[in-house]
Amino acid sequence: MNLFEIMGPIMVGPSSSHTAGAVRIGFIAQRLLGGRPDWAQLQLSGSFAATGKGHGTDRALIAGLLGMAPDDVRIPMSHHIAAKEGMEVELGHIELRGAHPNSVLLHLSRADKRLSLQAASLGGGRVRVEAIDGMEARFSGESPTLIIRNEDRPGMVGEVSAMLGYHNMNIATMQLYRAHRGGLAVMVLEFDAPVPLMLRQTLEHLPGICSVTYLELEGT
Amino acid sequence: MAFSSIEALLTAAKDMPLWEAILRSDLEDRGVEQADSIEKMTLRWQAMVAAVEGYDACERSASGLVGGDGGRMDAAPRHYVDSYGQQVIATALKTGECNACMKRIVAAPTAGASGVLPAVLIPLRGRHSDEELIRALYVAAGFGQVIATRASISGAEGGCQAEIGSASGMAAAALTDLQGGSPQQCADACAMALQNLLGLVCDPVGGLVEVPCVQRNVVGAVNAIAAAEMALAGIGTVIPCDEVIDTMRAVGDALPSSLRETGEGGLAATPTARRLVLS
Repeated sequence: MNLFEIMGPIMVGPSSSHTAGAVRIGFIAQRLLGGRPDWAQLQLSGSFAATGKGHGTDRALIAGLLGMAPDDVRIPMSHHIAAKEGMEVELGHIELRGAHPNSVLLHLSRADKRLSLQAASLGGGRVRVEAIDGMEARFSGESPTLIIRNEDRPGMVGEVSAMLGYHNMNIATMQLYRAHRGGLAVMVLEFDAPVPLMLRQTLEHLPGICSVTYLELEGT
Repeated sequence: MAFSSIEALLTAAKDMPLWEAILRSDLEDRGVEQADSIEKMTLRWQAMVAAVEGYDACERSASGLVGGDGGRMDAAPRHYVDSYGQQVIATALKTGECNACMKRIVAAPTAGASGVLPAVLIPLRGRHSDEELIRALYVAAGFGQVIATRASISGAEGGCQAEIGSASGMAAAALTDLQGGSPQQCADACAMALQNLLGLVCDPVGGLVEVPCVQRNVVGAVNAIAAAEMALAGIGTVIPCDEVIDTMRAVGDALPSSLRETGEGGLAATPTARRLVLS
């Protein structure tokens, strides 16, 4: 842990896992969606469901979906702010089998775009996305991250990594997931440096690539 | 790189002040300029002060279990402690209550233990410059980093000793350094503070960061002051700081899960706590 993960973060209480981490999950979700959702269904699991209310986990998740950071003093009022901004929120509980104790499943929509996201709060405000749209995809959002959906066929990984190498982008970590053979696959790539927009657009136009989502969060 | 032992930290501090050795390791670790690091620490210091200054004794947590104690402590006559001691207790309560009431605080090292460092440092503002107190935060963070690496700063992993205990060890080192104690004395202070709280369980009523968390911040602060006074008096520890930290990890591993933030054991399992959770 770096020095400011020990002395910090600056955050709205009461819990780094149940509050600060929950804000971060909401924030990552709205970034992946491309903006504030019009509709959000939050399903809390495990300890999030058991003690979430007293920890303000619901308010924290909504605050994140509204684009707030973990130290935003408006977090306690997020229900009210969501209502004012016209974001419809549904709250519920779910039992996510085998999931981390502090987990949540989010279903979101913004205009005609939909996204579902399962994520866990690991403690100290750190989080991990576990699945996107029902497909496994694990990343923390701590480094610039590319989530690429592509057809599951030979050569896709090579093409993407060659393109990144050509543009001098060093891949820090790379993970591959797929629903079933020959179906849709997901590549999750993490980088030490930001990935330029031009390069992301080039990747999006490669044959066989269905979508390229990029996540780059500023550290607090 | 972050220090993996207190011994390595003391070695690095042979040719420079402790806080500077820790600052340098941060610059190397994160690849940033000195101004960036100092600014970040200054913001944390300012946020600690702002939380205490913005304290409202009328506020209550969502559950209604905590709130108002910082104000009560401020208003009460003193019986045993001096003015500093009273402010330490009040500041620990205020920060803990701010946290429980969803106000902005600084996790140091966690939200549940966020009151310990502000409690011992903020009442020193008249005696020490902000610059000196920010340097003390570096010392605290450096010790905390070793604790996090070798043991844990998570109540779910290591019990309350990992949260209030760690914060107390960090604060003891910071207080010792602030009065000109040697790096070895800082390590002794940290070791004493940690060993005094070994085995402290995490047993929050209703699973909330309220009872007994808020008041345990007071114990962390008072224990840190006692440990710093002892270290500055030349009292050392038999067991070296690194071994005490390793012990904290071993004790944390041996704690049953009911005493590690599950809200199932300790005070959380009392008839009163169960009744409060149901109501």
